[in-house]
Amino acid sequence: MNENTISLEENITATERGSEGPAPAFGAPSVFTVRGLGVHYGGLPALRDVSLDVQPREITAIIGPSGCGKSTLIRCFNRMNDLIPGAEVSGEVLYHGEDIYAAGVDPVTVRRRIGMVFQRPNPFPKSVYDNVAFGARINGYKGDMDELVERSLRRAALWDEVKSKLRKSALALSGGQQQRLCIARAIAVEPDVILMDEPASALDPIATVRIEDLMQELKQEYSIVIVTHNMQQAARVSDRTAFLYTEVDEAAGQRWGILVEFGDTSDIFTRPRDKRTEDYVSGRFG
Amino acid sequence: MSAPAPKDPGRLQGRRPSPRRVWGDRLGTLAMLVATVLVLLPVGMILFQIAQKGLGTMSWEFLTQAMPYSYRKIGGGFFNALVGTAIMVGLATAVAVPLGVLAAIYLTEYGKKNLLATLIRFFSDVMTGVPSIFVGLFVYTAFVLPFGFGAVMGAAALAIIMLPIVVRSTEEMLKLVPRELKDASYALGAGTWQTTVRVVLPSALPGITTGVLLAVARAAGETAPLILTTLGAIEIVTKLVGAPISALPLAIFDGARSPFAAGQERAWAGALELLLIVLVFTLLARVAASRSRISR
Ligand SMILES: Nc1ncnc2c1ncn2[C@@H]1O[C@H](COP(=O)(O)OP(=O)(O)O)[C@@H](O)[C@H]1O
Ligand SMILES: [Mg+2]
Repeated sequence: MNENTISLEENITATERGSEGPAPAFGAPSVFTVRGLGVHYGGLPALRDVSLDVQPREITAIIGPSGCGKSTLIRCFNRMNDLIPGAEVSGEVLYHGEDIYAAGVDPVTVRRRIGMVFQRPNPFPKSVYDNVAFGARINGYKGDMDELVERSLRRAALWDEVKSKLRKSALALSGGQQQRLCIARAIAVEPDVILMDEPASALDPIATVRIEDLMQELKQEYSIVIVTHNMQQAARVSDRTAFLYTEVDEAAGQRWGILVEFGDTSDIFTRPRDKRTEDYVSGRFG
Repeated sequence: MSAPAPKDPGRLQGRRPSPRRVWGDRLGTLAMLVATVLVLLPVGMILFQIAQKGLGTMSWEFLTQAMPYSYRKIGGGFFNALVGTAIMVGLATAVAVPLGVLAAIYLTEYGKKNLLATLIRFFSDVMTGVPSIFVGLFVYTAFVLPFGFGAVMGAAALAIIMLPIVVRSTEEMLKLVPRELKDASYALGAGTWQTTVRVVLPSALPGITTGVLLAVARAAGETAPLILTTLGAIEIVTKLVGAPISALPLAIFDGARSPFAAGQERAWAGALELLLIVLVFTLLARVAASRSRISR
């Protein structure tokens, strides 16, 4: 990542790259180390006992049927669940060895390092330029804003399409362009990780391919976690895949998501260890 | 197995709707027309009457001159009342709008459903329903008795009347800002205040403006609380405390009550002036509402 960008070092620099300061916990270079993660909404379980690792410069896919807790899981990585009244997170999410749910950690600092792209493109009702500059402005960015905007838009493969309409409303762009704008907006704060919750599910096939190509580009510089209910997409783009599935307790009338299997994407799709994974990836249910 | 022969779907042409439905439709339409006319009739009559009686006295002189020293005298105008209304509504707006918007932000973005937020909502609702004369009585007892009549006292009463309108209308507008926009802001590392100032308020601004303008229009027409707090005056007053001051509704009230034709004529012209002012603010409110960017 470029050095001349926003400094957000508040809490995290010491462990950031493992190059200086104390070595990360577990001696692992993982970006995220998730252990025994669980989420309750209003006292009811939604996700139980998830443990997995997210590696740097890789795309980690989260797949599974609707309602199994994929969004719930990905929102744990940047503490977006904090914004949902009644949501409770248990277990550990270590980011470069540091627990992001620890008492002294400000969720705002976490979110500045860990960007997010949502299912429905959600540009602000502002100009294209102001959308991209938003994060940098709230962070008090002192550098050359024009340069940052252009660089972010280029990295999101959108520059050529919007360079003549930077001052026009972002809402005038197509859905696919809006989603790439949202990616550019996330990139502009120079995050370390980009989380994407079904980023292409609201887009047409051509726009989807563009987003997938873009993810391959971005993985050179960022660690990416993507939720998708599209298995082909996971198989095409990701390096590792986590398969979530819904477990049901008929007696208590409760259901929650569990992590069935996590491994190399090729293994998950060709040599799944679990029967449920096999059934799901071969399209027998879900 | 062979598929069953398709059922004859019947023709679309030549089927008349049942007479019952036709007559039901016609009756319903007629009833709504009658109701609409009945609702619009009084409004139309008021507008017509005020225009008819007010235009005779309405003139440049009326708009720019203060009242003559006697209701009996012809000439002069309500400029002193206009100045008073401008001062008091301006002061009230300057107080009620920031307070009301901040309270609404607290309700939607911070307090949500906690005890304080519930209390604010409850008292706003109660305040909206309180007859304005009570507000006048309150200000009279609390401020006018110790400090005397004055513009500040009138403005205080108007602000109390405007505040709940601003709070509740702003709250409704803030609630309409899509969750996705706020999420986008939070996910970029914005705090609650940054999200409110940079995303929520700009998105809700046209709607908030609408509510504010309607509150201004309401305050400009309030009479009862001013009777008890500013008393009225025939000369132009710019002192904020310690001097009775006029306002358009007060001047209309006093003129209309006077037994002299000249005073009553001025009251009609004043009513026309006030009507136009309120109309302008209401129209501006509509324009602001139609500019709303939330409706997408
Ligand atoms: N804000 C919320 N409040 C209460 N329950 C929720 C909330 N969000 C999700 N859930 C519940 O948690 C479960 C998992 O939802 P989600 O994570 O959105 O699944 P997915 O993204 O895999 O479709 C569902 O049963 C859903 O009803
Ligand atoms: Mg989801």
